[in-house]
Amino acid sequence: MKSPALIFLAAFLVNNIVLMRFLGLCPFFGVSSTIETATGMGMAVIFVMTIAAWITWIVFNVVLLPLNLVFLRTAVFILTIASLVQLVEMFLKKSYRALYNALGIYLPLITTNCAILGVTFLNIDNKFSLLNGTVFAIGTGLGFTLVIITFAAIRERLDLAPINPSLRGYPISFIAASLMALAFLGFSGLFGLT
Amino acid sequence: MTKLNIFTRGLVKENAVFVLMIGLCPALAVSSTVRDGFGMGLAATFVLVFSNLIISILRKNIPNEVRIPIFILVISTFVTIIDYMMQAFQPDLYRALGVFVPLIVVNCMILGRAEAYASKSSVVNSILDGLGTGLGFTLALTIMGTIREILGNGTFLGLTVFGESFRSAPVIFMIMSPGAFLVIGILKALINKYVKRELR
Repeated sequence: MKSPALIFLAAFLVNNIVLMRFLGLCPFFGVSSTIETATGMGMAVIFVMTIAAWITWIVFNVVLLPLNLVFLRTAVFILTIASLVQLVEMFLKKSYRALYNALGIYLPLITTNCAILGVTFLNIDNKFSLLNGTVFAIGTGLGFTLVIITFAAIRERLDLAPINPSLRGYPISFIAASLMALAFLGFSGLFGLT
Repeated sequence: MTKLNIFTRGLVKENAVFVLMIGLCPALAVSSTVRDGFGMGLAATFVLVFSNLIISILRKNIPNEVRIPIFILVISTFVTIIDYMMQAFQPDLYRALGVFVPLIVVNCMILGRAEAYASKSSVVNSILDGLGTGLGFTLALTIMGTIREILGNGTFLGLTVFGESFRSAPVIFMIMSPGAFLVIGILKALINKYVKRELR
């Protein structure tokens, strides 16, 4: 069993959710046009990912496993996450207005973010304990935030650069992401993690 | 719109990956070999055709306010079916695709077709639309898988392409994650440059 610190590092850098696992690419390309929106999205992802990891872990281990309903995993998880996001949104709106103003518009987008559902599946597939699952979710969320903010910074500069018209927009963003992924490949093997 | 048009629209003109840029996660993650890309494409096509069929049959009975959860339930049913079928009949492919098989459920291409097309159209048209969109997705993944497998592994479907000397030292980063971003970036740039605007 790996220690929580190694699980965190693996999720944060070595197996980065966006650049190495290819999850959450829609927000990665969709809301990374400015650093400000990227930061908001990153924070919202960390927040929801951690809560979703707890709830789905409990649902899976307390409800689905004892009742032998593992085949319902996909349907139950997606519905759990969708309703969770709604609840979180309503709760923040009523109780933490400042936080809601900062994260509010990103919360509905998160329901269809495959990174959230992906992390809950990976938690179950890796048979993590609740503590390790939490660490994994936070590490993954931080990794997502790091990459999306860095990418937003690059894209802000790319907008000003003289680029061939057929490369403008998506193509040059993909090529920039490719170079970032190449840099992140350098982390593989860190502390023996692959 | 003729039946053929409905089919070819999703296949080429509104290709999910290369034109609309949706369904990117599986398109990049599981296109490192031709077999993985083709298998993933067919799995998504299966889900798309059957969810379009069911949603189109039920379209007059689904209340408008709760349509999205119902679509998601229908889609996740077929995702679970393909998940277990692949586990039973194609265990090697299932292992290679990993978490991306259950994640078909959040592929926005499938929910998008349910919402934009199947919930408003006849059964036959919905099936054709699902088939076209799904095969367009398969085509995109297969093209990417072909390029990446030939350059990154020196093989096509496991057969050596450029001889043993290339096979022993291929452009290995093409089958790793940077290669996926690079290939789709270059393909998209070529589409921008050479495909006429009215065709897109």
